[in-house]
Amino acid sequence: MELIVKILLILSLFFFTTATIGFLRFPDFYSRMHATGKGDTLGILLALLGLAIYHLEHNFSWPGIVIAIKLIFIAVFWFLGGPTATHALLRSAFDTGIMPWTKDGRPVIEWPPKRGR
Amino acid sequence: MESFFIGVGIYLGVLIFICFYRIAFGPTVYDRVISVSFIGTMTVVLLVLMGFIFKRIDMFVDISLMYALLNFIGTLVFAKYFVKKKGAK
Repeated sequence: MELIVKILLILSLFFFTTATIGFLRFPDFYSRMHATGKGDTLGILLALLGLAIYHLEHNFSWPGIVIAIKLIFIAVFWFLGGPTATHALLRSAFDTGIMPWTKDGRPVIEWPPKRGR
Repeated sequence: MESFFIGVGIYLGVLIFICFYRIAFGPTVYDRVISVSFIGTMTVVLLVLMGFIFKRIDMFVDISLMYALLNFIGTLVFAKYFVKKKGAK
């Protein structure tokens, strides 16, 4: 059982590391947000799942089950709320007028986009 | 298992310090906002790990739950506040 917890925690650290590398090295705000928005969601889900399994193994009583349910609730909440917050930030940046990065600097779509969405 | 948790916590702390680069030198304000949100996500995991290390998980799980909620609300408020309408320019 400890092996499963260690594997889950190391997988979550892998996702956090790839999110940080993409966050530092991508050329554009939108691609940076793509890296962090995916990496941190999966990372927090795996880490809290592993810690809930560890807690249930060592403390299998009624308060222990409640604490494990709270840990799973944090993971599920962030699984819903993290992409929502990322999407709200993306829409805010798009409406402000930050152009997505392209290789030759020319916009792919008509820029600035028409209003009326 | 305690020493493994301490190692994971130290690694997460190093990742948080790396992310401060974008807060300091981010080209736009949105880079800074998404950096704060990412640091908050890692801090939630770090708080739960601290609860297991200090053997007070019944207290720390509530703190990290509140931190996740505040992080979500804060990101939504920043997204609402920093938008500039096109007609205003």
